Amino acid sequence: MQKTVNLLFLLQVRNMKTKNQAVVLDTLDWKIVQVLQENAKQTYTEIGRLLGVAHSTIYDHIQKMEKHGVITKYTAVVDLEKIGIKHVTAIMTVFTNPKESEQVAKRLSESKEVLEVSMSLSEDLSIIAKVVAEDQNKLHSFIAQSVAPLPGVLRIRTSIITRKYKDERFSIAENWKTEPKR
Amino acid sequence: MIAISSISRILRKVPRENAFYFFTSIGNYTGENAASLEEFVRKVKEVDAKSLEFHLYRGDFEKWVDETLEDKELAEKIRSLKSLSPTGSSLRNQLYLIVSKRYKKLKGEFSS
Repeated sequence: MQKTVNLLFLLQVRNMKTKNQAVVLDTLDWKIVQVLQENAKQTYTEIGRLLGVAHSTIYDHIQKMEKHGVITKYTAVVDLEKIGIKHVTAIMTVFTNPKESEQVAKRLSESKEVLEVSMSLSEDLSIIAKVVAEDQNKLHSFIAQSVAPLPGVLRIRTSIITRKYKDERFSIAENWKTEPKR
Repeated sequence: MIAISSISRILRKVPRENAFYFFTSIGNYTGENAASLEEFVRKVKEVDAKSLEFHLYRGDFEKWVDETLEDKELAEKIRSLKSLSPTGSSLRNQLYLIVSKRYKKLKGEFSS
């Protein structure tokens, strides 16, 4: 009997509801995500205290969201200027042959110099990528030697970022909270 | 007189990753590229003059001709063009003259 109860509990922990292939978060999941986005270093106990629930409940919810790929990773944001690392960041728009865009996007994603890769349909089919390099010459070498020769690349436009006014990650809970109706 | 094997090497078509890619400024690729000296001669006539200026003064042309096509003589001629500081159509005409003359000479020697 005890074993059946445990198994049922495990099944509940491992499965999350889905709607149109999207994982449905409950109210507590949303709150935990919001708290973690502000500071991912907080312990289960601290989060539990903040939200008024037991740390074991927080643990279960986080485990569930990690298992289902809702929370993909915890990372440290390093201020490169502070540690004296000079670098240039650029936004690169790669215009491609539609038949080969997917492949170009995949190849770009594999490069360590490329931080973000997105597909855009706004004008012609293009790929927008955020690129980082030590200096302008290295940035150009990377684009000339590793991006322009990729099959399907038609032309490239690059804008070097000279000053950043805001740099935040999208906070889902604050902006686009879509809790399921109860 | 250059050895036939050297001429054949200079005139060969290089793999896509070793082709010359024409940019107008850092990171801005025109979509034009050349994988052989023959194509390079043709592209010098066609590409935006800004692209010719960008690459000439960075030393990209001479580097590609020297290291990829392995034509030191042509690389030296392109290098010496920089000292005249040509721009726009003057640069295009002078560069075209240098590379087309070299291409015709090599092609002629190879065929004879």
